[in-house]
Amino acid sequence: MKSAGKILRYQLRDVIRGRWIVAYTVLFLLATDLLFRFGGSGDRVILSLMNVVLLLVPLVSIIFGTMYLYRAREFIVMLLAQPVDRTSLFLGLYGGMALPLAGGYVLGVGLPFLWHPGGEVGPALGVLLLTGVMLTCAFIALAFLVAVLFEDRAKGFGVAVLVWLLAAVVYDGVVLLVVTTWWRYPLERPLLALTMLNPIDLGRVLLLLQFDIAALMGYTGAVFQRFFGTWLGLTVAFGALALWTTLPFFLGLRRFRLKDF
Amino acid sequence: MTPEATDTPRLVTSTASIVEVNDLAKSFGDLTVLDGVSTSFGVGRITAVVGPNAAGRSTLIKTILGLVRPERGRIIVNGHVVARDWDYRRGIGYMPQAGHFPENLTGREVLSMLKHLRGPSAELDEELLDAFALRSELGKQIRTLSGGTRQKLNAVIAFLFRPPLLILDEPTAGLDPVASGIIKDKIFRSREAGASILLTSHIMSEIEQLADSVVFLLEGRIQFDGPRLELQRLTGQQDVERAIAALMQGGLS
Repeated sequence: MKSAGKILRYQLRDVIRGRWIVAYTVLFLLATDLLFRFGGSGDRVILSLMNVVLLLVPLVSIIFGTMYLYRAREFIVMLLAQPVDRTSLFLGLYGGMALPLAGGYVLGVGLPFLWHPGGEVGPALGVLLLTGVMLTCAFIALAFLVAVLFEDRAKGFGVAVLVWLLAAVVYDGVVLLVVTTWWRYPLERPLLALTMLNPIDLGRVLLLLQFDIAALMGYTGAVFQRFFGTWLGLTVAFGALALWTTLPFFLGLRRFRLKDF
Repeated sequence: MTPEATDTPRLVTSTASIVEVNDLAKSFGDLTVLDGVSTSFGVGRITAVVGPNAAGRSTLIKTILGLVRPERGRIIVNGHVVARDWDYRRGIGYMPQAGHFPENLTGREVLSMLKHLRGPSAELDEELLDAFALRSELGKQIRTLSGGTRQKLNAVIAFLFRPPLLILDEPTAGLDPVASGIIKDKIFRSREAGASILLTSHIMSEIEQLADSVVFLLEGRIQFDGPRLELQRLTGQQDVERAIAALMQGGLS
């Protein structure tokens, strides 16, 4: 494990010098700043940002995550020929990707709140930033898992995009289907469980509950509010989101340790 | 003048070996890549692993490096059993076929990264940095360097820590004649300094120049393993190219 920090140091330098990480940060910076100029209050900006964050952060994380690992492939072989253990290398590579992406996101979204008068920092901004960071970590872990499982780059990219589509788009459709099919039955608890199974849904619920509009989600919304509104609910939700990072990470690590290069 | 005149191949089969491979087997899916390979590489010798494409050359090298896990068999490198242990690689300098490094790092940063990973070591061997006139390129980011320059950096790294075992995969591929001559000289000098060298090459004349011993792989099995001159004598051929061709046509049975 002792080599992880050394690898991280140089991978960080490499990633931070890349143009796309700058572009990613500037994109969030511009979006947030423009929303302030057009919209006004901090709450409304956060609400408008929510959908951008929930779609863009997972997409960019999973695409760049897989690309990064595929491109590093020959260098990984080179490093594995050194006295380095595979766990250190995997950790170093993961950190080298997750830290700059999460940092870029926090800076891009957070900075405009500092210079715009309407942007009083409330719990909603905290939840927005934390959710974005956790989604970044989760989808990079998923990206690494995909890249480690699929030797073929084209296939790997396909699967990565599919994972994102499933979580961001298809899953909601399935949930809607479940609701319309079994509308006669009490669905609050199954829906609560279904939400836990999708990191993006978890993020959305967590964010919506920061605003009064949770009531607009009807009876289910009320159930969510009763559950997620408490400290226990928040802890469970963030715990589930954290599980979405650790589970794919350790599955990927296990495969990485046994893989033939 | 043949190269032997200046660099006489070592005929003595030394009893000490730097790498011992015992009954190694590996398959990828239905494809058997290594099928019970046993051999040993002598200390202070230059051994060439040759064979047609997909004969198992790179898989053999990769199992020695611990990059590929064999299904069966055992490898001992410098007294260490290659299994879950990874520290034995401190004693190996590896030069892959092409140099791939993080694009946005400078050559100097890549070198210092490897120095950091290896930890404090005795005097470094930076001879190749000067021989290739590479010092002026070290401040540039990798993505601005040509393929040949990256390959030179690759060679510098392999020799940098004065490892007792050098594994060179097609060391002269992609290099101009001057640079490839520099590498060959370096290989001989390392042997004189006591290092053992394991290399692969497609260029038969190169093997003729460099190798003391030859291991010939065909379809995952060793067809010949011994001193290079012995290979030429057994097949009754003048040079390595014809000897290998004779082997591939079953001329040794």
